[in-house]
Amino acid sequence: MAFFRNRRMAGLIRFVGLFALALMIFAAVLLVFGKNPIRAYWDIFSATLGSSYGISEVLVRMIPLILTALAVALPSRIWLINVGGEGQLFIGALFATWGAVNFTNLPAWLLLPSIGILGFLGGGLWGAISGFMRVRGWASETISTLLMNYVAILLVNFFVFGPWKDPESANYPQSAPFPDAAILPSFFGTRIHLGAVLAIVGLILFYFVLSRTRWGLEMRAIGVNQEAARRNGISTSRYIILLMLIGGGMAGLAGMGEVSAIHGQLRPSLSPGLGYTGFLISWMAGGHPIGIVAAAFLLSVITSGGDILQMTHRIPAAGVHILMALILFVVLARRGGKPR
Amino acid sequence: MIGPFLISIFSGAIHSGTPLLYATLSEAVGERTGIVNLGLEGVMLIGAVVGFTTTVQTGNPFLGVLAAALAGGLFNMVFGFLVITRRANQLASGLALMFCGVGLSAMIGASLIGSRIEGLNEIQIPLLSGIPVIGRMFFNYDILVYSAIPVAVLVWWLMFRTRWGLSLRAIGENPTAAFAAGKNPHRLQYQALFIAGILGGIAGAHLSLAIAKTWAEWMTAGRGFVAVALVIFSKWHPIRAIAGSLLFGGAISLQLQMQARGVPVSSFLLDMLPYVLSLVVLAIWSGARRHAAPGSLGRVFQGTE
Repeated sequence: MAFFRNRRMAGLIRFVGLFALALMIFAAVLLVFGKNPIRAYWDIFSATLGSSYGISEVLVRMIPLILTALAVALPSRIWLINVGGEGQLFIGALFATWGAVNFTNLPAWLLLPSIGILGFLGGGLWGAISGFMRVRGWASETISTLLMNYVAILLVNFFVFGPWKDPESANYPQSAPFPDAAILPSFFGTRIHLGAVLAIVGLILFYFVLSRTRWGLEMRAIGVNQEAARRNGISTSRYIILLMLIGGGMAGLAGMGEVSAIHGQLRPSLSPGLGYTGFLISWMAGGHPIGIVAAAFLLSVITSGGDILQMTHRIPAAGVHILMALILFVVLARRGGKPR
Repeated sequence: MIGPFLISIFSGAIHSGTPLLYATLSEAVGERTGIVNLGLEGVMLIGAVVGFTTTVQTGNPFLGVLAAALAGGLFNMVFGFLVITRRANQLASGLALMFCGVGLSAMIGASLIGSRIEGLNEIQIPLLSGIPVIGRMFFNYDILVYSAIPVAVLVWWLMFRTRWGLSLRAIGENPTAAFAAGKNPHRLQYQALFIAGILGGIAGAHLSLAIAKTWAEWMTAGRGFVAVALVIFSKWHPIRAIAGSLLFGGAISLQLQMQARGVPVSSFLLDMLPYVLSLVVLAIWSGARRHAAPGSLGRVFQGTE
């Protein structure tokens, strides 16, 4: 699993080469559609990394991406494939919103941690359901998390179009705005918010627990050989449910951060596929914390670039999904299969 | 009042079940040779948009279906290269293919949003369609609906009654043994994925040409994933897939009919029905499926070195 650990430099060089290959293929796709790839790339670059505002916005988007990547990376240590980051993010946002609009008279020092816990619990619950189904042998977590994404998004739509719709906001489907005490504070006059601290702490804990604790060792044992781990008295079932719960909770925190700091109210357009992008990031990074930061940065630039391309080149925002897919293609094709 | 309601549900079930059946057959063919394709969603989108574009350009929906089938088959070859030749992880490759399909179909279809076509029209079978009730229930559909069950039987025949199908299933059970017996796993898996892509492309074409008659980004709305669940439900068997698709088509149809009749339940809750039903069905049928799953499903054939 430690793709970067031993040959970090070689790995980096190889990665840059693969990334360039993906960029070239996407440039060819843009040409086929009659767009100018050089200008498109230049616009993406200058809008994201060409100004301090652009860079701050890239960092803002990295916050949920790191959290949703952790939601995938953690369960992947024992070969669980959590594709449900998107749904877990939505349910986390849903739970956090419930807290924020119902306990409006609480002070910030009490309300903020509460909606954080609610967000974690919401996403965690959603992930744990899939873990439970896996443990009972009902369904693989891959297919159940995928299907539950749709359920989660519809559930959020149900609430914002129905019972939670803000009567003040004429026709927009959105919840009542959060009270000030439920808004995560931002720093340096940018939109970079307290969620960044959560993401960094999450990364450090992820690294520390995996490499320095008994839990990390037991998870590695399960990852290498489930049967042997079981015979040594490690409960795989407990780990499956627990890791899906914590992973889902991470995505839930991402949802809480978005709804509280970025939107200030619950909206159906909460996430432009942040959960799915997190999946790509974790896979590209091979589950390594430094790799997650690097890949989150890259995909933050690319997804922000998608919005730029839509505005300036009339390329549908979903168009950059091709670039994201191409990057994963070249990574997958290069690395090849590892027997499970 | 209950009579017409039931008839609408039934014919709706057949309409909505048809793309699910093609998609389920597609996934079943792939999985029988040991390959899980989560990219089916993307293959369907490519089929939907290529079929729609071709129909707009030529005015001929049959050419649209043909182009969709071909595009689906070719698009699935990208997936084949990753999982067969490069031996990449099937689940991650499938999701990457889905992303690629979402993006590519959005680019191709960008200029077509809002345009409508006549699409595939209902073909009334002479005389039979005139019978009261029965005529509407069985003999008033587009060509892809009529051909769906024959295609399912054809897939069954290919898989279970030909040498080719036997080799394919042998690879799905145990590629090493099949290789030792003189089969070429890689070539057969490519062939299977091409056929699966054709079926997936047709599934998408039915959505855009016969059901919606228009194009919208991500119009498959997770039907590709529902099909993955349906394959498990039908125990990887093409004929059982017919029953499964009808059941799920029924769920979609019931939800549409309830919305059309203004049943006072939020449409968002009704929309959950197919996904929740998939999860419930997976849970209920879990005991039976362990022995039915192809032995090497999801694993990577490492060759002989």
